[in-house]
Amino acid sequence: MRNNMKRLMKTTIAALALFGAAAFASTPAQAAGDTPKPPKQSWSFSGMFGTFDRAAAQRGLQVYREVCSGCHSLRLVHFRQLAGIGYKEDQIKAIAAEVDVQDGPNDEGEMFERKGLPADRFPSPFENDKAAAAANNGKAPPDLSLMTKARFNGPDYLHALITGFAEAPSGVEVPDGGNYNTYFPGHIIAMAPPLADDGVEYQDGTKATVGQMAKDVTTFLSWAAEPELEERKSMGIKVLLFLIFFTGLLFAVKRKIWEDVH
Amino acid sequence: MSNKQMHPLIQWIDYRLPIFSFMEHELHEYPTPKNLNYWWNFGSLAGIVLVIMLVTGIVLAMHYTAHVDYAFDSVERIMRDVNYGWLMRYIHMNGGSMFFIVVYIHMFRGLYYGSYQAPRELLWILGVFILLAMMATAFMGYVLPWGQMSFWGATVITNLFSAIPWVGDSIVTLLWGGFSVDNPTLNRFFSLHYLMPFVIVGLVFVHLWALHMHKSNNPLGIDAKTDQDCIPFHPYYTVKDMFGLGVFLIFFAYFVFFAPNFFGEPDNYIPANPLQTPPHIVPEWYFLPYYAILRAFTADFFLYSYTPIAWIMTAKLAGVISMFASILLLLLMPWLDGSKVKSSKFRPVYRMFFWIFFIDCIVLGVVGGKPPEGMWIYIGQATTTYYFIHLLIVVPIVSRLERPKTPPESISAAVTQQAEG
Repeated sequence: MRNNMKRLMKTTIAALALFGAAAFASTPAQAAGDTPKPPKQSWSFSGMFGTFDRAAAQRGLQVYREVCSGCHSLRLVHFRQLAGIGYKEDQIKAIAAEVDVQDGPNDEGEMFERKGLPADRFPSPFENDKAAAAANNGKAPPDLSLMTKARFNGPDYLHALITGFAEAPSGVEVPDGGNYNTYFPGHIIAMAPPLADDGVEYQDGTKATVGQMAKDVTTFLSWAAEPELEERKSMGIKVLLFLIFFTGLLFAVKRKIWEDVH
Repeated sequence: MSNKQMHPLIQWIDYRLPIFSFMEHELHEYPTPKNLNYWWNFGSLAGIVLVIMLVTGIVLAMHYTAHVDYAFDSVERIMRDVNYGWLMRYIHMNGGSMFFIVVYIHMFRGLYYGSYQAPRELLWILGVFILLAMMATAFMGYVLPWGQMSFWGATVITNLFSAIPWVGDSIVTLLWGGFSVDNPTLNRFFSLHYLMPFVIVGLVFVHLWALHMHKSNNPLGIDAKTDQDCIPFHPYYTVKDMFGLGVFLIFFAYFVFFAPNFFGEPDNYIPANPLQTPPHIVPEWYFLPYYAILRAFTADFFLYSYTPIAWIMTAKLAGVISMFASILLLLLMPWLDGSKVKSSKFRPVYRMFFWIFFIDCIVLGVVGGKPPEGMWIYIGQATTTYYFIHLLIVVPIVSRLERPKTPPESISAAVTQQAEG
């Protein structure tokens, strides 16, 4: 009986080990699939002490406003939040004032146009999703407020995507209104390559290469998706330091109290 | 602390409502086996996580809007504009995962040391009910941010009930409050998500009541017989639980502050869109093993097609029933396990099978997260089969055939022995 049981056990363990090995072996094949993994970039905001590179984020804002905002909204971000990437109050007022906002109804019941205020959100390029879809071959360009959180390895993916346009390999047919992109799932993306060298004239004199702009706009959009990141990480360090200290203390107290228990 | 030492006011109250003697008796004197190891920390941890979830949840509910047009944006408002809203939300979001980590460890502890055995059967059964209530709460909570995974997860899971013959479709309509997952669904899920935690609190209270009746099991699985075997709960276990809590909070805080979306799905940061199905609909990690069991039942799964099950029900229904059975069977553990000895410490053969079962559950979880194609289908079906073989065949047979080692006479004898040897 004992022997039988042992044999049964061994067989079961072997079977499970096999399954386990199979599981691990087939993982890379699954993950790789058709679309390559976006290359890992180094970001100022990654890591436990990461903060947003202010200059990069501000250049990224310029790229967003001059390039992306033609099609993509940023509907969850308010101008006032730009203080988070280093803008002063008067700068924010000036940036907000560059857009016209519909407000109202006023006391006469009329809607009216006014200059944007820091309390306003970034204006969307289209009236609504239907209008956005109608102007873009039937599919609305996605909102960018949460883009880096809404994709696996968001910042790396976004950077890879906007720099990942290429000639379609032979045999791949690109339909009208489509573009070939190495990193887009399925490869055919409606968005045309958005960036070209010197497409933007940076106010701080940085050379606007495609790679530079991609990094900058990704930094900006990562901030837009997680404006709390810096506060969160700096609080986290304090919380962890306190907890580690306090837990060490508790361990000492525990040892002391349990000393006499046999 | 005797009555004499009490403050006169406390005495006055205690004479009329013996709440202070009760606390003294249940939290201070409460005799506890002195040999509990750190696996016994997870019960109190679970209780603390429940409180954390209640507190953060109540705050979040003050700022959340349960309407399909506003839910997603109201969560983002909490993240961006509410003071420390991001903290509340990330604690709550990760707290759900922490709750399941802690409770799963707590349950495997119970399984390993035979804590479900007489006279603690009801204690165990109440624990399984708590797990079920937690699952319902977590599922409905995940729907509230109204992202893509919220919406499609809700659609897939509620649709399961349509497999029930005759009344299935009506049940689904009732759950939805309409003919698709929509505003009424979101509203009732919010309402129930707020209600269920208090049901859990009630169940936890009864769980503790049953615990205090026969006290904690212990790693040796033998009853505490004399005063020598026990120590008062306070200060010994209060300080040990506090230390464990510290270690746990370090782990918890790491995720909240440095990897808050580690357990989540990126798709849930895309607003729900009923017209666009995400490529892979996956539930939260703590549901993955059950999801794997559910999906294992395809028309050609031998456990289905070669058994009489295929004559009486569809594969889908068999999957749904198996998924629920995988948890409900745990209710029978006290009777499936026929061993006279509780702790796996003295049951080497059973112990092996315990670990195989543990690995099986992990593999089920991995399978649940993969798309149902190729090799994964077979791995899922094999591990699903083994899950039920373990509970229905291995446990009853091994527990009755194995001749366990003899446990020590008493807890204190074992502890002294250890100290000498």
